Amino acid sequence: MEMAVFAVFALLALGSSLVVVAHKSPIYSTLSLVLTLFSVAVLFVLLGAPFIATLQLLIYAGAILVLFLFVIMLLNVGREEGIPGGHRAQLVTAILGALAFAAALWLLLIPTLGTGSHAPLTEELVSLSGLAQELFAEYLLPFEIVGLLLLVAVIGATVVARRPTPDELAGGGGGSGFPGEPGSVNALDDAGAADSTAASWAADADRAGGGARPASFPGGTGAGAGPGVAARTAAPGARP
Amino acid sequence: MSGIHLVNESMSVPVSWYLMLSVALFAIGTAGALTRRNGISIFLSIEVMLNAANLALVAYSRQLDQRTGQILVFFVLAVAAAEAAVGLALFIAVYRQRRTIDINRINLMRH
Repeated sequence: MEMAVFAVFALLALGSSLVVVAHKSPIYSTLSLVLTLFSVAVLFVLLGAPFIATLQLLIYAGAILVLFLFVIMLLNVGREEGIPGGHRAQLVTAILGALAFAAALWLLLIPTLGTGSHAPLTEELVSLSGLAQELFAEYLLPFEIVGLLLLVAVIGATVVARRPTPDELAGGGGGSGFPGEPGSVNALDDAGAADSTAASWAADADRAGGGARPASFPGGTGAGAGPGVAARTAAPGARP
Repeated sequence: MSGIHLVNESMSVPVSWYLMLSVALFAIGTAGALTRRNGISIFLSIEVMLNAANLALVAYSRQLDQRTGQILVFFVLAVAAAEAAVGLALFIAVYRQRRTIDINRINLMRH
């Protein structure tokens, strides 16, 4: 029975992982990876690790791959173009390298087991409470560090994937002249700053060619904005 | 043995077979990570490799009758989640700049 289950799910894992690495469309690769993860989870159960199998399904298939699907659909990643002729050598080299690596791993790993059959599954290995006690007693510090790692990863991902603010766009865009930096708009009590802000907004409105003046002019609330507004009203007449 | 059905020993699968499967999965993932050009597909190949490593860890845990391997898999899962989050965020940021995540065209450091 165990042999049959192992055979079915090992073949399923191999086949679906081949689809993962060979399919041109990332969507199909991701969905095929779900099948791989499910098959490996079944093998985890066979090996006496039902909790790890559950975690695999919940975290990998349930969370990480959904994240992948979201990103694939967000970025609208299409199919890869077929590998052009120059890359066929790369393909062959990669497959040969992977095979050599597998052979080396095989030679390293298999002798560590011996050929004898293993001991029967003990209840102690399978029990969840034993796993929890070991995790939260002996491996408490690594557990906390992993929690910290996840926190840092979340913060880092948020910072990296965040949409850049207009401020940064103006700074990095090489003088695109984005009007009204937030800092100077807020410093309205400084009359000069407010004036220059109003002037730059006015100049931008003229450059855009829109004759309609914005109803709520950012610099127009303070007294210091008077010259700026005057310049703004005078500008359309000066332009041909 | 309340509620836990132990596997019949005469029909049990040798642990080395699980290791062979793990090696094969790892090789498949390696080949994929080396040949694919779409960044997300490379990530998926790396996930296959991580899963092969997890399978080897659980297999050794079974062979040695110790839970340490399973606990290590727990940590690998957490690190894989962090890696996926940061990596996908990087791809989103790169896509905003370059409008592609084809790694053959993201070669700013090569020039």
